[in-house]
Amino acid sequence: MTAIANDEPGLEIETVVNGAPVRARVAVRQSLVDWLRDDLGLTGSHVGCEHGVCGACTVVVDGVCVRGCLMLAVQADGASIETIEGASASGRLAALQEAFYTRAALQCGFCTPGMLLTAAELLAGDDKPDRETIREALSGNYCRCTGYQAIIDAVEAASTSEKR
Amino acid sequence: MKPAPFAYAAPRSLDEALALLAEHGDEAQIIAGGQSLVPMLALRMATPGILVDINRIAGLPGLLEDDAALTVGPCVRHAELLRHAGRHRHWSLIAAAVREVAHPGIRNRGTLCGSIALADPAAEAPAYALALDAEIVLSSLSGERRVPARKFFRGVYETARAPDEMITAVTFPRPAPGWRFGFQEIARRHGDYAIAGLCAGLRLEAGRITEVELVYFGIADRPMRAPQAERSLLGEPNADAVKEAAAAAGAELEVEGTGESSAALKRQLMRVLTERVLTKLIVGAPGQ
Repeated sequence: MTAIANDEPGLEIETVVNGAPVRARVAVRQSLVDWLRDDLGLTGSHVGCEHGVCGACTVVVDGVCVRGCLMLAVQADGASIETIEGASASGRLAALQEAFYTRAALQCGFCTPGMLLTAAELLAGDDKPDRETIREALSGNYCRCTGYQAIIDAVEAASTSEKR
Repeated sequence: MKPAPFAYAAPRSLDEALALLAEHGDEAQIIAGGQSLVPMLALRMATPGILVDINRIAGLPGLLEDDAALTVGPCVRHAELLRHAGRHRHWSLIAAAVREVAHPGIRNRGTLCGSIALADPAAEAPAYALALDAEIVLSSLSGERRVPARKFFRGVYETARAPDEMITAVTFPRPAPGWRFGFQEIARRHGDYAIAGLCAGLRLEAGRITEVELVYFGIADRPMRAPQAERSLLGEPNADAVKEAAAAAGAELEVEGTGESSAALKRQLMRVLTERVLTKLIVGAPGQ
């Protein structure tokens, strides 16, 4: 018989977050991003629209970018999660971060973690994406400050940077 | 923007999942990718009693291709399907359509079977499933049945699936030699649901068009074929027939406006899509 769980007492999950094992009890309706932010204090992932539109909550689960608001924390049981904190500390975003800084591809910074992680996934699979491809890849990440041009410039510049 | 409370179960076997569906009926909601469901939960447009998470079930089919067909299991993500389809010429329609499904982060998690089960009339998956004559495999405690796509979609979010059934695969028969496909949709922004879209296929044999499939989506309560437009294209490929088909499609189907897009606008877009997609498809065809 399958066990049926509720918010109270929730479910026990075992995950790896930014390389460190984390064991926790979560309410079944808590989103992954709320758990990362509220319970683990990893506030680099941002909560914008809370229904999958804006991309600010992007986190990496088992190697691929997903919406942190569209995955339940219970679904991350057994998964390896990387947030912007872990990705940034690892140095794998350095070329993108420098390009974003140099080209002023951010203003308030709310969308930036999601932009960086999504752009990094693009560049991992495509060495020299053209601007149209970059636009398409970032089409699910909203920015309300920059008008996007500087972001496209930055990703393009990072793709040719020697630091990659 | 938090979901209403629900119970949650992550069965380890298909039988356990099907038992939960049988027990909870309409109160149960399957979750795989959750890319449409979780927004509906957050907006409290959906308030299921229990979520049945099928991601932990051992032994479900994944993505399998043989000479006869492509089988797509219930937890195959759009991204995986896109990678596979992109490597095979005969799945060019799937590749072109899946590229337009939302955004990379959504495609990494959302599933084809979930899109089929949801049956959003403006979504790509039901349309290309219909155009490619796919079969939907439904499993319940009382057994398995296969429903062709043309009988599966019944209306807005309405399908032939019973509450105690789960889609355990969608199968696409490999197109016969001579088929070529085109796809285009018009949306306000890349990744948005289409205002109108078209999956087109035609079969060329000895320089003549012998079979045609035109499936329009976003224009009615489900994806629709346009038989009269299809018939007008049979024979020698030529530009006049394309114009005729473009005019016929908007006229023969019952087109419904949605939101800001009127039925008249959608008819116009159907004409535009038909001309664009078919012109591209018949360029280079013998006789042209």
